[in-house]
Amino acid sequence: MDVQLKRGLLDVCVLAAIKDEDSYGYKIIKDMKPYVEISESTLYPILRRLEASKLLTVRSAEHGGRLRKYYHITKLGLERIENFNREWKEMIAIYKFVNKEEEYE
Amino acid sequence: MNKQKFIEELSNRISSLPEEDIKRSLEYYGEMIDDCVEDGLSEEQSIERLGNMDDIVSQIVSEVPLTKIVKKRVKETKRPSNMTIVLLILGFPLWFPLLVAAFSILLSVYASLWSGIISLWAGFGAIVGTALGGTVGGIALAFIESAPVGLSLFGASLVCAGLSILFFFACRAATVGMCILTKKIVLGIKYCFVGKEKK
Repeated sequence: MDVQLKRGLLDVCVLAAIKDEDSYGYKIIKDMKPYVEISESTLYPILRRLEASKLLTVRSAEHGGRLRKYYHITKLGLERIENFNREWKEMIAIYKFVNKEEEYE
Repeated sequence: MNKQKFIEELSNRISSLPEEDIKRSLEYYGEMIDDCVEDGLSEEQSIERLGNMDDIVSQIVSEVPLTKIVKKRVKETKRPSNMTIVLLILGFPLWFPLLVAAFSILLSVYASLWSGIISLWAGFGAIVGTALGGTVGGIALAFIESAPVGLSLFGASLVCAGLSILFFFACRAATVGMCILTKKIVLGIKYCFVGKEKK
């Protein structure tokens, strides 16, 4: 898959993983695992990037005597997911058009 | 490898990054290992899961803007140790005149090269002047005074005119060469600075 496209997709996947409730690194990877395999080292730059572009915020909270970082989706982050859904509706329509002859055969 | 060793190695590998980025990535990987351990893995297994160090480092570096890295470099190079500062101040009477002398020698070599070229052009001007003056004067002399003297002057000035054409090309070549040399010198000076930052 195109690297740039995959990068964008992973961004949205991470946002989706924290959409319903705040989550932390290890849990994000675990939740995504059934759908997309993502390594710890790949997730790190994605989280930094999303934070820098204000699609999510970070807070530290105590957990079992140590600090853990929790990621919280922002309004911009939610908009990004909506945009993704809109774009993919168009993509699916195009996909159907591209493959329509095969259906008639 | 245990967690402490892993964190040590990682912080060594990314030590040239800005403080904030070092702190954030160490926290991230530390937390990741702790969470793995909490999930039932051993420290060794958790670290194995993270993959190889090269990938980890390259992923961290990939998100740090180049400008931030360069800024840190410049800050580091601008802050010499106290010892260096003391030596610089104490040695000032020695190194400053030497520096000025070295600079003036280089500058004078460069200036003398240009003055050579200026004198070449002056020689060219003299020959052109002689050729023009000689031609007009020779013709006038041939008619007014004696024909042989006037004609020989006329002939000599024609030779000068011919020479001046050759001379022109020589002067031009020298000037072009000097311009190229100047450009190379400027480029060399620039590389001195860029090279320093790259290290």
